[in-house]
Amino acid sequence: MSLWEYANPKKFMQTSGIFLPWFAALAIILFTVGLVWGYFFTPEAENFGSSVKIIFVHVPSAMMAINIWVMMLVTSLVWLIRRHHVSALAAKAAAPIGMTMTLIALFTGAIWGQPMWGTYWAWDPRLTSFLVLFLFYLGYIALWEAIDDPDTAADLTAVLCLVGSVFAVLSRYAVNFWNQGLHQGASLSLDKEEHVNSAYSNPLYVCIAAFILLFITLVLMRTRTEIRSRRLKALLARERMG
Amino acid sequence: MIAILLRDMRLAMRAGGGFGLGLAFFLIVVVLVPFGVGPEGELLGKIAPGVLWVAALLACLLSLDRIFALDFEDGSLDLLATAPVPLEGVVAMKAFAHWLTTGLPLTIAAPFLAVLLNMPDQGFFWLVVTLGLGTPALSFIGTFGAALTVGLKRGGLLLSLLVLPLYVPTLIFGAEALRRGTLGLDNTTPLLMLAGITAGVVALLPFVAAATIRINLR
Repeated sequence: MSLWEYANPKKFMQTSGIFLPWFAALAIILFTVGLVWGYFFTPEAENFGSSVKIIFVHVPSAMMAINIWVMMLVTSLVWLIRRHHVSALAAKAAAPIGMTMTLIALFTGAIWGQPMWGTYWAWDPRLTSFLVLFLFYLGYIALWEAIDDPDTAADLTAVLCLVGSVFAVLSRYAVNFWNQGLHQGASLSLDKEEHVNSAYSNPLYVCIAAFILLFITLVLMRTRTEIRSRRLKALLARERMG
Repeated sequence: MIAILLRDMRLAMRAGGGFGLGLAFFLIVVVLVPFGVGPEGELLGKIAPGVLWVAALLACLLSLDRIFALDFEDGSLDLLATAPVPLEGVVAMKAFAHWLTTGLPLTIAAPFLAVLLNMPDQGFFWLVVTLGLGTPALSFIGTFGAALTVGLKRGGLLLSLLVLPLYVPTLIFGAEALRRGTLGLDNTTPLLMLAGITAGVVALLPFVAAATIRINLR
C-alpha cells in the first residue's frame, strides 16, 4: 500500500469515488458550523465593528490561494519526475480553483479595506503579491488551454509552475521591499502576541478546515472529470480507427 | 557558439528583423506619456524612472517571439537542437544576441529620452547602470517565455501573459534603484538585488529554456 498506487487512474477513480461524497458532506457541515458560528455567535470587535466577520472568508481563501499553488508545485514535480498522468491532471484541475480563491481573497479584502483603511485598494505588499499570484494563475491556465498535445501541455505547464514559484517568492520579497504596507501581520501564529482573540480563532479554524475540504472535494471532482474526458477522447479515437 | 551569436545578430539587424522596432516603440511610449499625464516638468521628472523602466520592459517584450519562432518554422531549430553544440549554449547565445540587439540599444538610447521626461541630472548615470544591469535579465527571462510558446500558432499574446509576471521582481528592483539614485538616496540594496536577479537568471534559465525547447520539439 503506497501513495503511488493512485497513479493508476482506475485505482484513483475507485478510491476517490468512495471518498468524494464524504468530503463533500463534511465540507458542507463545517461551512455551516463555521460560518454560522462566525457570523452570529462572535462578539463585535472593538474599533472593527461587525466588519471583522469577513475574516472567516478572507483568511481561509487567502491561505488556500497560496497552498493550492504549493500543491500544484508538488504535483508538477511528481509529473516531471515520475510521469504519473493523474498528478498532472490534478495540477490542471487545481489551477482554476486556486485562481478563484485568489479572487475571493482580493475581493473580500477590498470590501474589508473600505471601512477599515478607507480605501478598496492600496499598493500594500500583501495585496500586490496576491495580484501577482493571480497573474501567475492566469498565465498557467492560459498555457494549459493553448497547447493541444496533452503531454506537452503537462510538461510545459509543470516547468512554468516550477519557474513561476521561484519568481513568485522573489516577487513577494521584492514587493515587501518596494512598499511598507497597511496590512496587519499573520492572523494565526504560534506567537501569542500576534494571535487574534480566541473568540475569533476557533470559528476561524473551522472555516479553514471547511475551505480545505471544499478544495479537496472540488479538486477530486475536477480531476475525475479530466480523467473521464481523457478516456472519452481515447474511446472516440479508437472508434475512428475501427 | 560565436557563429550562432553572429548569425542571430545579423538576422535581427536585417530587414524584418525588428531591430529598430523595439527602439522606435520605446521612443513612442516615452513620447506618449507626457501627452497622457500633462506637460508639467516636475511631475514628469518624478515619474521618469518608472516610465523609462516600464517602456524599456515593453520594448524588450516586443521582439521576444522572434527569438525562436522563425527558427522553429524553417526547421533550423531542429538542426540546432541536434548540433554538437549543447542546446543550453545555443539558448544562452540567442538570449545574449537578443540583449545585444534590444537591451543594449535601449540602454544607450534611454538617457536621450530621459531628457524629454525632464529627469534630474544625477539620474542619468543610474539610468544607464540600472538598465545595463537589468535588461539582460529581461532578455533571458523572455527567452524562457519564448521557449515555452515556440510551438504555438499565435503564441505572441500568450507570451506576454506568461512573461510579464516573471518580470515583476526585475522591474521593482530596477525602477527602485533608479528612483533612489535619481533622488540622491542610497540605492545599494536594490542595485545588488537587481544584479543578483540578473546573475541568477543568466546562469540558470538557459538550462530550463533548453529543456522546454526539447519538450516542444519532441
